[in-house]
Amino acid sequence: MIIGVLALQGAFIEHEAVLKRLHVECFEIRKPSDLDRRMDGLIIPGGESTVIGKLLVDMDMMNRIRKMILDGMPVFGTCAGMILLARNIVDGTVGSIGTMPVTVRRNAYGRQLGSFSADGSFGDLGGIQMRFIRAPYVDSVDKGVEILSVHEGKIVAVRYGNQLATAFHPELTDDDRVHRYFLSIVESSTC
Amino acid sequence: MKMLSSDENRYGLNRELAQMLKSGVIMDVTTPEQARIAEEAGACAVMALERIPADIRMAGGVSRMSDPEMIRGIQDAVSIPVMAKCRIGHFVEAQILEAIEIDYIDESEVLSPADDVHHIDKSTFKVPFVCGARNLGEALRRIGEGASMIRTKGEPGTGDIVQAVSHMRAMNQDIAALSSIRRDEVHEFAKRIGAPLDLAMYVHDHGRLPVVNFAAGGVATPADAALMMQLGADGVFVGSGIFRSGNPEKRAAAIVKAVTNFDDPTILAEVSSGLGEAMVGINKDEIEKLNNIKMAERGQ
Repeated sequence: MIIGVLALQGAFIEHEAVLKRLHVECFEIRKPSDLDRRMDGLIIPGGESTVIGKLLVDMDMMNRIRKMILDGMPVFGTCAGMILLARNIVDGTVGSIGTMPVTVRRNAYGRQLGSFSADGSFGDLGGIQMRFIRAPYVDSVDKGVEILSVHEGKIVAVRYGNQLATAFHPELTDDDRVHRYFLSIVESSTC
Repeated sequence: MKMLSSDENRYGLNRELAQMLKSGVIMDVTTPEQARIAEEAGACAVMALERIPADIRMAGGVSRMSDPEMIRGIQDAVSIPVMAKCRIGHFVEAQILEAIEIDYIDESEVLSPADDVHHIDKSTFKVPFVCGARNLGEALRRIGEGASMIRTKGEPGTGDIVQAVSHMRAMNQDIAALSSIRRDEVHEFAKRIGAPLDLAMYVHDHGRLPVVNFAAGGVATPADAALMMQLGADGVFVGSGIFRSGNPEKRAAAIVKAVTNFDDPTILAEVSSGLGEAMVGINKDEIEKLNNIKMAERGQ
């Protein structure tokens, strides 16, 4: 199994470190030719969604990645990655991949003073620690979207087919269960 | 899992925001219009200030925190994080910046120091701080005071990269030296560079700083930015280099691409082409002749 990690801007090394701990091969995607390599799944990290979205367009990678996801390639987006996957953004014009039928609110908890960590639960995994950094949350979802985590009434983790998105950052904790959950999606889509 | 106190948790969240900025470009802006240009060009954050360092040098006199109203105008104009500078040791300016919910405070040698001995006790704030450092000792002293992000000092407002290169190399050499010695030798090393022992131990054990380290001070071209990234910077601050150049929009976007693809000379050649005039720049020897301000020597 090989995972591509989008490495245009943000905390991509943190995801690579988790994959390394899990002994999963990965490589960084910085330019169009990197998309020619074989990959079984894609991770879109935290960072600034405006920056990553702009670079995806300017580097001619947006449409190719959108097509790969629509063709079924598993993808996992955290924070900025969730924003980029969302079909709609409240008050927003961020260039987005837009493959997930959800509406996301950017900077939903305010500025850095609003960043926080919380204990929550995730699908069948049970309790996890969630770290929210100038985080978004999901305002609403269309049919077919599975809600995996809710914090104080706000949706913070969703799955739509092979697409997984979290408003928080599992890659910043020692707990790799959310990554293993994503890898199980990759596993079942490749066999 | 270890339970964290709320202060430790806040510090962790502040360090993590800096992690989210990695491989990004933080741009100095003086108006909401410039902030929008920076955001559209791909800045991962903006630094709101009244005058860019090049103009601070020209104007002389005492340079202070910007007007909160001006900073609010910039906060309203963009959705990316907004940083602002306070004077070294001026904890009341920092309190004011925290009150307007700034995303990051730069306790900066670019402004006139308010205290020639003490830096701000940054651990008493909820809002994160970034501080300049020319070497490992300075960096660990600032982290010991509560900084959650470090940048090189460089020599701001000059468009001359030589000081930032020298500071980044010194940092890397210090880290390499500290990581290669025996653990029982760390005490003496920490004493010699004036660093808190626990942080020196962290660097010895991990081979890196406990926080993100950006390049700053004198970055004027995409090649400068890529040079700093190849030397190990986690990202880049660009001050006077953008809005002092011939075509700010194009140069800003080019520097953003250069930071992402810092090790691909083909892409660097492409983005470096046709940018118009770079910031004219003054080098540090000229500064000494002109007005004897070496900002990097402020606050050690």
